[in-house]
Amino acid sequence: MFYRETGQYKTTYAADRAIFPIRQDRVAMAILLMIAFVAIPLVANEYWLRSVLTPVLVFSLAAIGLNILTGYTGQLSLGTAAFMAVGAFAAYNLEVRVPEVPFLVSFVVAGLAAAGVGILFGLPSLRIKGFYLAVATLAAQFFIEWLFTHVPWFTNYSTSGVITAPPMTLLGFSFESAESRYLLTLCIVVVMAVMAKNMVRSELGRAWMAVRDMDIAAEAIGINLMKTKLTAFAVSSFYCGVAGALWAYVYLGTVEPQAFDVLRSFEILFMVIIGGLGSILGSFLGAGFIVLLPIFIANASGVFGDALSAETIAHLEFVIFGGLIIVFLVVEPLGLARLWQIVKEKLRLWPFPY
Amino acid sequence: MDELYFFLEVLIGGLLSGTMYSLVALGFVLIYKASGIFNFAQGTMVLFAALTFVGVLELGAPALLAAVVTLAVMVVLAFAVERLVFRHMVNQPQVILFMATIGLAYFLEGLGQTIWGTEVHVLDLGIPDRGLWLGPILVSQFDLIAAVVVALLVAALGVFFRTTTMGRALRGVADDHQAALSIGIPLHHVWVAVWSVAGFVALVAGLVWGSKLGVQFSISLVALKAIPVMIIGGFTSIPGAIVGGLIVGASEKLAEVYIGPFVGGGLENWFPYMLAMLVLMVRPEGLFGEKIIERV
Repeated sequence: MFYRETGQYKTTYAADRAIFPIRQDRVAMAILLMIAFVAIPLVANEYWLRSVLTPVLVFSLAAIGLNILTGYTGQLSLGTAAFMAVGAFAAYNLEVRVPEVPFLVSFVVAGLAAAGVGILFGLPSLRIKGFYLAVATLAAQFFIEWLFTHVPWFTNYSTSGVITAPPMTLLGFSFESAESRYLLTLCIVVVMAVMAKNMVRSELGRAWMAVRDMDIAAEAIGINLMKTKLTAFAVSSFYCGVAGALWAYVYLGTVEPQAFDVLRSFEILFMVIIGGLGSILGSFLGAGFIVLLPIFIANASGVFGDALSAETIAHLEFVIFGGLIIVFLVVEPLGLARLWQIVKEKLRLWPFPY
Repeated sequence: MDELYFFLEVLIGGLLSGTMYSLVALGFVLIYKASGIFNFAQGTMVLFAALTFVGVLELGAPALLAAVVTLAVMVVLAFAVERLVFRHMVNQPQVILFMATIGLAYFLEGLGQTIWGTEVHVLDLGIPDRGLWLGPILVSQFDLIAAVVVALLVAALGVFFRTTTMGRALRGVADDHQAALSIGIPLHHVWVAVWSVAGFVALVAGLVWGSKLGVQFSISLVALKAIPVMIIGGFTSIPGAIVGGLIVGASEKLAEVYIGPFVGGGLENWFPYMLAMLVLMVRPEGLFGEKIIERV
């Protein structure tokens, strides 16, 4: 009853093609954005802003990137973290060598560098499919990790092999506090998420989905496979690159190549699967779920007091994490985004089913 | 002449250690053949089997009993996996099944370490780890014995697949799920069987790797080495897994020795993957994989 589009007529083409065609969705989104931009920085404490919400946002961005590649174009990738690493190291190297560049520009360059590397490792996708392609992306993962560890130029000859992000200042304002960093991340993520949403609704996005559903059929109806697959790799890697730069600059500050290992790639793949393949909203839900779950488990195990050693809890965390993923996949393989859709369907009639 | 001997030594060492990768890849291939599932948990199953074996051994049981108990645990695990996970996921896309096995890997890793602890267990099966001079070439005796074990295992599996009823059922399922069902092959039982066989292979791999490296968390990472092996050989081919292992083992050792010094070492992590990628560019289904036929 409360969530029903009755009486809302679409009288223009623009209204017909809106991202949120239903008024309630628009209101809900406006409220959500208000909460994210205004209420949370006012209410949340430093710990939540710095260690929970900022990583959720950064991971959401990376998950959107992977979702474009895996969820929309159907190209399985296990090298997400490597593309993030490329972004982080590209931004760092640009800042170190050309200090005059504003950091926002270096974020864009980070994305572009990752996109270039993404295209390079996307080339095999023209010939290789499915799990075989996953190997090509794993090659990217291990090779790039090795490159940043073994070629000192990338870390600016730092003896410890870690990079420290230079301070971020924009027009004299320094992004030091947790609030300013959170808001910066939020702005970038919101803008890029809207861009992604529009991209997947456009001709490009439809071409991606056609390739995902069956690439031979897509080719037969005149979609240029090479162009489509490579743009998917480029756009996806661009998002991951920016996410990597944010991860290094905004969240960690100091980062080592091992922060972008294959387990990080799996983590992001989990986010995409649990959130929902082929859904921008799902990327956010999945990122939130995966980041919050370990925190929740750690707090919940605190209830049992000291009966369990820290080591046991760490292992039980693995057990619960793995178990939950299996349960999720068994119950709802299409992810949280699908659950949300079901809820919306139900809400149209609730509480008067007739 | 010394150059040549050194080259041969590296080559043979690589080939022998490659058979150990084959051992892990074999488990992948078995499950992929019979169910189309890319079982990422194979590496963790190796760890789990080795941990269980060592755990039972440390309780004071003789090695044979420990092996039987571990095998029983792996069979129970196969039942549980089929019953609780994959029975509910028939008809799901492959990537979802793959993700489920990653979940399974996390689960087993946590479970194994919760039960048996994290410290490195020493596993001594009485295999001598000394150098052996074959003429002028030094070969690790341990690797040689491991290679023999692999050869025996492959031969045994070959006989099992060719001659027993279950083996034929497995081959039938591998060819076509629906056709197999329609002639009365019980799909669920076959899956349990193949996961059990994979569990057995995992146990053997766990014993070999465990006595080489010690039973510890890092042996589950061997799976990451086995993936390029099975890619090069082809997902569906048991001989492919062997040949792939030999190629990967030999080439990564040669690359490490002859290219490594110029680029700072550590090549072995990514070299097999690059090699696999190059092989795929020429043959997209691996060296021995079934030809992929695509139609709309």
